[in-house]
Amino acid sequence: MTGWAMALFQRDLRLSVRVGGSALVGVLFFLAVVTVIPFGVGPDLNLLARIGPAILWIGALLATLLGLDRLFQADSDDGTLDLMLMAGRPLELVVLIKCAAHWTATGLPLVVAAPLLGIFLNLDPVSMAAVTATLLVGTPALTLIGAIGASLTVSMRRGGLLLAVLVVPLAIPVLIFGVSSADAAIHDPVPFLTPFLILCALSLIAAVIGPIASATALRFASD
Amino acid sequence: MDLGPHSGFILASYGLCALTVLSLIVWVRIDKAAQEKALNELAEQGIARARPENRS
Amino acid sequence: MSLWDYANPTRFLRLVQIVLPWLIGLCVLFFAAGLYMAFFTAPEDYQQGDTVRIMYIHVPAAWLCMMCYSIMAMSSIGTLVWKHPLADVSAKSAAPIGAAFTFMALVTGSLWGKPMWGTYWVWDARLTSVLVLLIMYLGLMTLWRTMDDPIKAGKAAAVLTLVGALNLPVIKFSVDWWNTLHQPASVVRMDGPTIHPDILWPLLVMAIAFSFLFFVIHLMAMRNEIMRRRVRALRMRAASTSTPGPAGAAQPAE
Repeated sequence: MTGWAMALFQRDLRLSVRVGGSALVGVLFFLAVVTVIPFGVGPDLNLLARIGPAILWIGALLATLLGLDRLFQADSDDGTLDLMLMAGRPLELVVLIKCAAHWTATGLPLVVAAPLLGIFLNLDPVSMAAVTATLLVGTPALTLIGAIGASLTVSMRRGGLLLAVLVVPLAIPVLIFGVSSADAAIHDPVPFLTPFLILCALSLIAAVIGPIASATALRFASD
Repeated sequence: MDLGPHSGFILASYGLCALTVLSLIVWVRIDKAAQEKALNELAEQGIARARPENRS
Repeated sequence: MSLWDYANPTRFLRLVQIVLPWLIGLCVLFFAAGLYMAFFTAPEDYQQGDTVRIMYIHVPAAWLCMMCYSIMAMSSIGTLVWKHPLADVSAKSAAPIGAAFTFMALVTGSLWGKPMWGTYWVWDARLTSVLVLLIMYLGLMTLWRTMDDPIKAGKAAAVLTLVGALNLPVIKFSVDWWNTLHQPASVVRMDGPTIHPDILWPLLVMAIAFSFLFFVIHLMAMRNEIMRRRVRALRMRAASTSTPGPAGAAQPAE
């Protein structure tokens, strides 16, 4: 089984970092969002430090949402998706591997960029570490939940906006626990691990529900 | 009848709900009229139903 | 009588025609009784005064918005598992009604919260999860309208509805799992209701009235949707035949 899985993973990864793949554009968008918010909120460094984890999380969510229609669109356009459907491999696993490749190309750069952008938001080292850890654990959940929206809108021309609308309600718990665990590391009452472990649980749940729902939707879209 | 110091909120709540329920009813009736009109137009043009009525 | 007897749209429409007038009558009756009880027989609350009367529309609206989503979730299972022909008609018709009830619950709650809690809105678990429910309803309605093949749209919406159904237990138990400004459950509890009967009865009557209202509008909307699909099928048939109909090649513009 590992043969075709690795091949698919590498294919998706290679396609996304090529010219038309727009893998790193997500990080640029992340930077744009984090830059724009202080213009709106004002340069008060204390305020920025307090809402910093939230800004990074919202930026990561938006950057992920924008990159999601890339997940299935290109394959659907050139017929590769139909080949995958006919190939006889479990479609749920195909989706899981595609999500893994997508996260490596789009989500992981966000996690790496987060500490650097934290400097713009006057985050102290503990906050930076906490936010990075929560993003590391939470962005896979965003990609997996987003796969559901991507597969529902794969047959639409301008599905991107609808995809965002459909995914946001499902992604709200991830955002809530991501920000609250980052905040818990800074302020005392709740220990960091409590919301952090719930965040891990959400990612694991998304790893199951996401591929199943997404594969079901892809099968219907291709009928 | 006197509804107390917050009567405005009570009346606003009931009023907005009445408005929403009314909108639902209006929506459902306008939609019905539109569909019946379309079906009548198609019937006039001689486009019949795909299957006979008394098949069950 | 099984649900499969009503899989045939024509038979279903005949049933609707018979049952609808009775449902409308019962709905009007229960609303009349409920509104009378809400304003004239129910006592004031010792703390909230007359403002507690908002509860008689806020709570039924909230119960109904969850019941509506549950019905949509069951319809979605009907579509995906049993492929019942009227299941996605039921789901599509229910969505706008559920959105309307959720909107009513949020608005009346907000208007009740301002005099009682001092604020129109607070981001606690109950209010947030109901707002998320509203966004899900609107997202589903948009999904229905964006795909032009109703069968495919039905299947896509069914998947999304079932994924979103995870929000329902969150809403119901949010006041138990988190420390919220919204009060905890006082009617549907393991130990039974904690409300005095004088206030409980108008609440139940209004809840029944709202339920009848839902069923009436749902059935009417399902009837409209069946007609809409018939129109679409006839138009496609007409467009695909090579010889134009008696009225010439002029088709009614969409």
